[in-house]
Amino acid sequence: MNATLKKLFAACVGSIRDLLPIILVVLFFQFVVLGKPLPDVGQLVLGVVFVVLGLTFFIHGLEQGLFPIGESMATAFARKGSLFWLITFAFALGFGTTVAEPALIAVAAEAATVAAEGGMIEATDAARDSYASGLRFTVALSVGLAIVLGVVRILKGWPVQWLIIGGYVLVVVMTVFAPPEIIGIAYDSGGVTTSTITVPLVTALGVGLASSIRGRNPMIDGFGLIAFASLTPMIFVMGYGMLI
Amino acid sequence: MEILLAIWQTTVATVRDVLPIAVIIFGFQFAVLRRRPANLAQILFGFGWVLIGLSLFLLGLEWCLFPLGRVMAEQLTDPAFIRSVGDMSDGLDWSDYYWVYIFAFLIGFATTVAEPSLIAVAIKANEVSGGAIGIWGLRVAVALGVATGISLGCYRIVVGDPIHWYIIAGYILVVLQTAFAPKLIIPLAYDSGGVTTSTVTVPLVAALGLGLAETVPGRNPLIDGFGLIAFASLFPILSVMAYAQLSELRAARTARRREKAAADEPPTP
Repeated sequence: MNATLKKLFAACVGSIRDLLPIILVVLFFQFVVLGKPLPDVGQLVLGVVFVVLGLTFFIHGLEQGLFPIGESMATAFARKGSLFWLITFAFALGFGTTVAEPALIAVAAEAATVAAEGGMIEATDAARDSYASGLRFTVALSVGLAIVLGVVRILKGWPVQWLIIGGYVLVVVMTVFAPPEIIGIAYDSGGVTTSTITVPLVTALGVGLASSIRGRNPMIDGFGLIAFASLTPMIFVMGYGMLI
Repeated sequence: MEILLAIWQTTVATVRDVLPIAVIIFGFQFAVLRRRPANLAQILFGFGWVLIGLSLFLLGLEWCLFPLGRVMAEQLTDPAFIRSVGDMSDGLDWSDYYWVYIFAFLIGFATTVAEPSLIAVAIKANEVSGGAIGIWGLRVAVALGVATGISLGCYRIVVGDPIHWYIIAGYILVVLQTAFAPKLIIPLAYDSGGVTTSTVTVPLVAALGLGLAETVPGRNPLIDGFGLIAFASLFPILSVMAYAQLSELRAARTARRREKAAADEPPTP
């Protein structure tokens, strides 16, 4: 118990250090550049305390829970040797963590507004809703496929750069043909899909798989899953914009 | 009382976000793998910590950082503010927005340093590389990339260039650097593009982009407001590869110097 407390305290100091730059930047702009006093100092201080504690607990939980389960599952799948279940798991993890992602829901709703204004769909609530949920499932599907592709790459040991550069070429080619209104959203959608809980899990899965397969280097083969998950949504969203 | 209610609501929302992930993880663990992980209790506690931590983190951000950051983005992009600091003799041009670029750079750097998913990847990379990749080195490299990306993205919104030329140019740079960067870093560099933009960075950056697109004359917020996140995910790839190249260069130079020093030194009798 004492050791845990000590570790938490050390982590807390680390979190304060992590958050210091933000606090300094905000204070500098508020006082020096804009020349305004801080509104509601009490709530601000409480907020900062919450952020520090939150980050500390999250990092602690990461090392206790998310990393171990990700790696132990990767090892267990490798030992089980069933390609079918491994790929099903990879797809479920990518699809399931993305479809409910709040950032994605927000972006999809904004994209529907853009599409309605651009005259691509009717400007009714029903049309917008169906466009937004279609987009959401498209992105979730693309992330699911991305994790599957990434896992297959780890198994086969393909170099990551050829796949990623191939993806870039596809993005560039599709940019030429996609409706201009969708391009900004498509490019952004790559960044919003990977949430705070998905990233550690997926990273642990990749590194765990690469460490438990003989001949794979966890550094070269273990990383790269997130890269796929941020690339495929761009391609799929532009494809969605071209079809609808 | 209000605080407790807010904590409760955020926790419920976080549980709802984490639930699908937990169902998939534990569903596969018990139905397909059919093996109890050795340290189940510790893992469940870990999930609990993650839940509490993430809820507190989001709640704190919503209380202190986001409102202040949003107001700041609005005020800095306000034409009245730009006119008060810029040189108006030649009308309003892109260089009058210098505080916006500085803010974009600093806030991009600061939010990335605090990004929990980047901390996670940095811890893992440090562990896997046996300490060769420093946790801080990687985080600062990524943060510099995000900072550069976001300020360049703001410049793009102000001048109104089409986004794809920038992104395509960035891709060409990525391809060129991939050819020269140390092989070990490439997958990690590609990953760092995706991890930078999550909980802390996205809301602030989105507010900045929308604020700019709304106030710069001739921009449509619906079209020009997007794209900053794309910049923020592209530039860390470049900066992480550059970081690895620099470390390699430095290591090579120290090795050379050591060799030279050894050669110069007279043999000890």
